[in-house]
Amino acid sequence: MSDQTRIVAEAVVEEDAPRSLGRDVWDQFTRHKGAMAGTAVFLFIVLAVIFGPLIHTIDPTYSDFRARNQGMSWAHPMGTDNLGKDMLAQVLQGGRTSLLVGVVAMAIAMFFGTLVGVLAGYFRRLDGPLMRLTDLFLALPILPLLLVIIMLFRDTLRSTFGPETGIFLLIVFIIGITSWMQTARIVRGDVLALKEREFVLAAKSIGTPAYRIILRHIMPNILSPIMVSATLGIATAIITESALSFLGLGFPSDFPTWGRLLYDGANFMTITPSRVFWPGLVLSLTVLSVNYIGDGLRDALDPHIRGR
Amino acid sequence: MFAFTIRRLLISIPTLLAISFIVFAILDLAPSDPTGNLPLTIPPEVRQQIRDSLGLDEPFPVRYALWLKQFFINEPLNLIEGWTGWQFGDGDRLRVTSWATRSPVVDLIIERLPQTLWVVGMSQVVAVIIAVPIGVISAYKQYSWFDQIGTFVSMVGFSIPTFFTGLVFIVFFSVQLQWFPSIYDTNHEVTDWDSFVFQIKQMIMPTMVLALATAAQLSRYMRASMLDNLQQDYVRTARSKGLTERVVVTIHVLRNSMIPVVTVIALNIPTIFGGAIITEQIFRVNGIGQLLIIGIQGADIPLVQTLTFIFAVLIVLFNLIADVLYGILDPRIRYE
Repeated sequence: MSDQTRIVAEAVVEEDAPRSLGRDVWDQFTRHKGAMAGTAVFLFIVLAVIFGPLIHTIDPTYSDFRARNQGMSWAHPMGTDNLGKDMLAQVLQGGRTSLLVGVVAMAIAMFFGTLVGVLAGYFRRLDGPLMRLTDLFLALPILPLLLVIIMLFRDTLRSTFGPETGIFLLIVFIIGITSWMQTARIVRGDVLALKEREFVLAAKSIGTPAYRIILRHIMPNILSPIMVSATLGIATAIITESALSFLGLGFPSDFPTWGRLLYDGANFMTITPSRVFWPGLVLSLTVLSVNYIGDGLRDALDPHIRGR
Repeated sequence: MFAFTIRRLLISIPTLLAISFIVFAILDLAPSDPTGNLPLTIPPEVRQQIRDSLGLDEPFPVRYALWLKQFFINEPLNLIEGWTGWQFGDGDRLRVTSWATRSPVVDLIIERLPQTLWVVGMSQVVAVIIAVPIGVISAYKQYSWFDQIGTFVSMVGFSIPTFFTGLVFIVFFSVQLQWFPSIYDTNHEVTDWDSFVFQIKQMIMPTMVLALATAAQLSRYMRASMLDNLQQDYVRTARSKGLTERVVVTIHVLRNSMIPVVTVIALNIPTIFGGAIITEQIFRVNGIGQLLIIGIQGADIPLVQTLTFIFAVLIVLFNLIADVLYGILDPRIRYE
């Protein structure tokens, strides 16, 4: 009997009522205070970023020259910048980009990580070359390389896809293809162990083709480590993007992200410290809450901890 | 152990070659022309001469081989000559030169390396000093208020990016309190007590920003490693033979728990160099991170190639050091 079925079986004995795996995971997750607080904060930020512009209706690109470098007020809750643009509107707008970059880059990284991990774990012949490729990518100096790639390919992509889409595609893609390695290693380890289990052997013995074994029998069993690294991947991607923007090599000022707002605000921080404070605070809160959610998910999905 | 080290060294050669190829290819295949920014008044034949002098029209493999030779043979020989005064050949070797300043790239890097090493090195020391006691106490008093606060603070420190802490530090300590200068003055020389105090003052903020980020991560590892070890049988043995708690924790458990932490520190050092790019940019420390940014903004390809590759060498080197350290510190691990 596998760990999961045994735990479910024990739960049945104790409580008489059948309990699903999802229910167990959810119960454990809600017991993790940090994870619950993280979920609440993260949901709040996501909702604010999506629906905020409907309530706070100032256009983030509108320059009100009579209201430059203002502090916090009711009209401008986070103040205004040196061109008289409203900071709250810009933070909300920037959050859309930052979060979108985080999610899409994470999705790309998870796709490559899972693909490489499953192929390396399942097909013995691919294991050596793919893992050597992973080691090679791990040895690459990521931040310098990202900076270099952006510097070199920014203009070409801008002229092909337009200034906003071009830089978005570039950043999301390069963050994605430089952060799949940890996932690939974890997935490979799990697949190697799963491959030897009886249910995979049974599936093989009735002639199930490899792709169906992978999709039907292996994928559902490796979902939990993938979910944990996906959560943490969002946080890393958001930080990487802001670091690039902060060094002036990310998104342009008229299409800001939180990192870009920090970069632009850094020159004016003696006049209006709130320009640095708010984007940085929102960025840090997002990353912190996502990290806590990841922590809680890891505990909830780990059968050794769950049910204790 | 020696055989293992040699084997690992040999394995890292193809890795480094592959990385150097990637670094070279990315920069080389990029659609950018170093003569593109020159004034249009330069006549075409002069422009062609400039291109020739930069070696731009050679085929790709030739340029790659040339760069490899410059990087792996010419530059190390020059360094050895500079340090020891020995003479190899006629000393007239083709060096990797920066397009922007026309001076050898290696000289530029050596000029800026001390600043980076000071800031990064000090931050590592401070991080260990902060992280180890916090991790030890957190684990020893698990779920106490100290542990709760410590875990929370390390999670916060782990999540807040250095460019935000750096800016907050500047706003708070330089602008509001005026304790420390916000800009690192590299020309400053330590001659007497006052200038020494100034040097300490200007180093505090960049060092602390890096140190706090590293300490947050390290204390998490330290705590986890301590927790693992505290449940081992040898701890019960040590206690039952009447050793004091202090001896049990500091001598027996701490020493065993440091093994994985030491390797984490070693593995972290290249990342710190990467993180120092941002910190150096905030505090205007003119170290190698800032050199990289300048090179990138000025499209100075030889400089960027060399620096990126040096970062890669650091990663491979410290991976090797971590593996070897692990083997030395933990006699249970046998690589042979």
